[in-house]
Amino acid sequence: MTAKPKIVVGLGTCGIAAGGREIYNAIEKALTENNIDAELTQTGCIGACENEVLVDIAKPGQPRISYGKVTEEKIGEVVTNHLLHDKIDREFALGKIGEGELSAEYDDLPYFFTDLPFYEKQVRLCLRNCGFINPEKIDEYVERDGYQALKQVITEMKPEEVVEVIKSSGLRGRGGGGFSTGMKWQFTMNAVGDKKYVVCNADEGDPGAFMDRSILEGDPHSVMEGMAIAGYAVGADEGYIYCRAEYPLAVNRLKMAIEQAKEKNFLGDNIFGTDFSFNLKVKEGAGAFVCGEETALLMSIEGKRGMPRPRPPFPANEGLFGKPTCLNNVETFANVPVVILDGPEKFASIGTEGSKGTKVFALTGSINRTGLAEVPMGITLEEVVYDVAGGIIDDGKFKAVQAGGPSGGCIPEDLLHLPIDYDSLTEAGAMMGSGGLVVMGEDTCMVDIARYFLSFTQIESCGKCTPCREGTKRMLEILERIVAGEGKPDDIEKLKTLGEAISATALCGLGQTAPNPVLTTLRYFQEEYEQHIFDKRCVAGICVDLMFYLIDAELCNGCGRCRKACPVSAISGDKKEVHVIDKETCIKCGVCVEKCKQEAISLQS
Amino acid sequence: MTKVNVTINGQPVEAEAGMTILEAAQLAGIDVPTFCYDPQLFGAGACRICVVEVENARNLPASCVTPIWEGMVINTESEKVVQARKANLSLLLANHPLDCLTCEKSGECKLQDYCYKYGVTESDFVGDVKDFPLEESNPFFERDMNKCILCGKCVQVCHEINGAGAIDYAFRGFASTISPAFGEPVENSPCVFCGMCTDICPVGALTPKLSKFKGRAWEINKVKTICPYCGTGCAIDLHVKGNEVVGASGNREGLANKGHVCVKGHYGWDFIHSPDRLTKPLIKKDGKFEEASWEEALSLVADKFKAAGAEGLAGLSSARCTNEDNYLFQKLLRVMGSNSVDHCARL
Amino acid sequence: MKAENDLNYAAIDNIYDTWKSQKGALIPMLQEMQEEFGYLPRTALEYLAKKLHQPISQIYGVCTFYSQFHLKPRGKHIIRVCQGTACHVRGIAKIATALEEELEVPVGDTTEDLLFTYESVACVGCCGLAPVMMIDDVTYGRLNAAAVPDILKKYEGGEGNDS
Repeated sequence: MTAKPKIVVGLGTCGIAAGGREIYNAIEKALTENNIDAELTQTGCIGACENEVLVDIAKPGQPRISYGKVTEEKIGEVVTNHLLHDKIDREFALGKIGEGELSAEYDDLPYFFTDLPFYEKQVRLCLRNCGFINPEKIDEYVERDGYQALKQVITEMKPEEVVEVIKSSGLRGRGGGGFSTGMKWQFTMNAVGDKKYVVCNADEGDPGAFMDRSILEGDPHSVMEGMAIAGYAVGADEGYIYCRAEYPLAVNRLKMAIEQAKEKNFLGDNIFGTDFSFNLKVKEGAGAFVCGEETALLMSIEGKRGMPRPRPPFPANEGLFGKPTCLNNVETFANVPVVILDGPEKFASIGTEGSKGTKVFALTGSINRTGLAEVPMGITLEEVVYDVAGGIIDDGKFKAVQAGGPSGGCIPEDLLHLPIDYDSLTEAGAMMGSGGLVVMGEDTCMVDIARYFLSFTQIESCGKCTPCREGTKRMLEILERIVAGEGKPDDIEKLKTLGEAISATALCGLGQTAPNPVLTTLRYFQEEYEQHIFDKRCVAGICVDLMFYLIDAELCNGCGRCRKACPVSAISGDKKEVHVIDKETCIKCGVCVEKCKQEAISLQS
Repeated sequence: MTKVNVTINGQPVEAEAGMTILEAAQLAGIDVPTFCYDPQLFGAGACRICVVEVENARNLPASCVTPIWEGMVINTESEKVVQARKANLSLLLANHPLDCLTCEKSGECKLQDYCYKYGVTESDFVGDVKDFPLEESNPFFERDMNKCILCGKCVQVCHEINGAGAIDYAFRGFASTISPAFGEPVENSPCVFCGMCTDICPVGALTPKLSKFKGRAWEINKVKTICPYCGTGCAIDLHVKGNEVVGASGNREGLANKGHVCVKGHYGWDFIHSPDRLTKPLIKKDGKFEEASWEEALSLVADKFKAAGAEGLAGLSSARCTNEDNYLFQKLLRVMGSNSVDHCARL
Repeated sequence: MKAENDLNYAAIDNIYDTWKSQKGALIPMLQEMQEEFGYLPRTALEYLAKKLHQPISQIYGVCTFYSQFHLKPRGKHIIRVCQGTACHVRGIAKIATALEEELEVPVGDTTEDLLFTYESVACVGCCGLAPVMMIDDVTYGRLNAAAVPDILKKYEGGEGNDS
């Protein structure tokens, strides 16, 4: 413990967006004005996005107190109260972390990680340092056993032993496919080549996913350490981190971390005085979702159009610049130091038969607690939605959870008991994907959601193979027709046949999984499609083309404002009499709603 | 070579290790449809029309890029495969002009052939279609990118075989097209108009201009010959309708060129039926050329050689001659006593 | 708009020299060129192609593949509206409508005064703050349509534009 009080501001992208920099400056100002000698520092995302901006304050000998949703106006007061008067502002305090003396009046303050419902069921392996260390200071990583796994591996183990450890841990790729990491490493280790590469896929492009970004921003060294260990195991001396350019903070912190690691000789030549050398470069993406597909990613690093190529040959044999390449994603690499330090048995003790360890999920949508949660494999979707995420906003009713982003699918309520692992999600028609979980309530239209995801993949299709290029376009057109109220009776059949054909024949993972959001919503919510097509109704009240404006006869006082305002004269009614809207003429501009003082007009499905 | 045993459509096939499913099928005389495959090019696996069903495989792999393994059980025309191919063709048709009545490619168009084979008469899908202007500003071929199915073979030929690199994929997804840089017409690109792209195009997107409306595929007789333009000896096919040459293309059996051609061999055949072509010798009399017999003409040449004597005689040979021709030519000159021999290619 | 023949070729030479020793570095070169010129001018690409001995068709193919690259000049400030799931669910459409009304250009276009280029982006990864838009590197979260004009005003005044 430092002798000085320490103040830590959460400055991940979310924290900054919520005004973290301003809070940081306000704290600095408060400290100067009050002559307080304290260490002010920053950290990455701790996961509780809903509570941004987060500020932690720790006095020597006392537990660290986490404050959430702090405001620029109040933060100065919070800091001075805490540091000068030992007063904890209960308006903002979320909980305490660690032990220490604290006035008895705060005994009821919950422990952050064990008492707060958001954290209670979490097991933080990958995110072990996120929210604790300053990602821009390598010493803080080293203090928490950083680079110890690398040291152990390269000074005490043979490459084959490392591969064996990873294999026996049961670690599977966290990027979506779920292929055994140890097997991948073994193939690359056994591949013949004068030069080999390690590549980290940090092209996290799924809408609704930000796990990798948070890890890179909050704990870049854990990923780099994992890559160096992979490099030693497979016999590579060079690595690339392919990070999407939309993550400027992650890119900067990575570059900074690489420089610092080089200075400490955790990267570079003769690491820990051994013969092992390993260098890392960051490559920024240029805006193409398909580059998250491994062969497209390699094409992109080579300076080409990111168009996937057929496998085999697999990257383990012919990867970057034609050389054997070990390619894993951010979360997978971040797990590696944990597996080495804790031992594969301990890692394998978490999770289910087929899926070991934890998975980080980005929880978004209509839930009370959005954020980043790391949960053990095998936890049920129900626990995640209700216990971790706190259920649906405003006590709403759950409708579906979308798992796996544009490649995944929508899982309905009666499958909420499903344990989260690779195989059960795939069986349900969704997939683990990279870990986006979007929770949807009753007011979500499943046809519209399917249309939304398909519009995403359709734009991001590289255009190389026919099924994906032409097929996603046609599926999207059908869905657009349906939500516009122009669906045709054979559209459902067409969507199914075409979706299955695309899944079976597309060249890469993007195309093969693109129909999933449509196929799963058809599987679990076909009646909603039918309502749109046959009854021209959208029960969720989302598809505007299927809705109409209605004047509530009880509330209307016949003032005539709406009638005068209507640009197409669709409203009629005598003065002081109830008005009516002619559905045929109405263009659904909504002006009448704005004009009505009685709040008598609403959109109906 | 190690042998690998597979079963294709119930028929046992002994193929070589490293072969693709497509190659093994071809070996067994089983026809699998392809658009983007060409034995001279890298396997792109792009068009997905060659998908087949493999026992215990999750998806339908593309046969052109999937290697065989021992005991593999393959079905090239299963119901699933046929459904997938129909869907693929239907998707292509939805974005392809159906002007087969006047399309130059009709009769040798793979899209047409496969739609015929699988009974796809019209597309199941209606929606946006490509709308590119027809590019006909160069003298050699037309580019109708609305007919392009993006198999990518023209790009590969242009970069890997010719080396000009005039065209490439541009944009992405549904907006993808094949284009010279900045969407310029090909004549403003490094294109050398070898026209190999028109030979390899499986549909009517790239068609030779000189042959337009000159004959249908089924009316044309391809006659193998050697290109007359230079000494390389490229084998070409002259496309003959009736007694008229209406086109030319590279012949893949040519030992010197394996089907590769240049602009001259490909498009320089229109002199054959030109009314301006000399068919009889002409002798200039009183400042005017007059037709003469071969005997007259050759006698005149012989007389002039004699009059000039060895010192007054020089020979200029042509690049259109083979090495053997040129050897004989210099021999002839030397026998006649002259050492003044040269060749047009040196100028 | 600066005439393309006034291009700063020395800048391209520098970018080329920085990256030439790295294999396959076309994309970082293009990224730095775009940083330098604000977009990728045709003459600059042609100049680079010659230096790289690479067909210009291929470079054009790369430029048109990645959504980050622009072959036309861009606005001084880039507005990116997030199309992520959370933003979608939490009503980004209204923000987009408000922007279109304020800027008087559709998505993908640049305002006449070259002040703003208005784009949509897949997901900026701030889903907890949905709906979200970015102007340059600044993220605006928990937006509502009414706030849009005020946010834009910050960029219109005092930012050195002469309109």
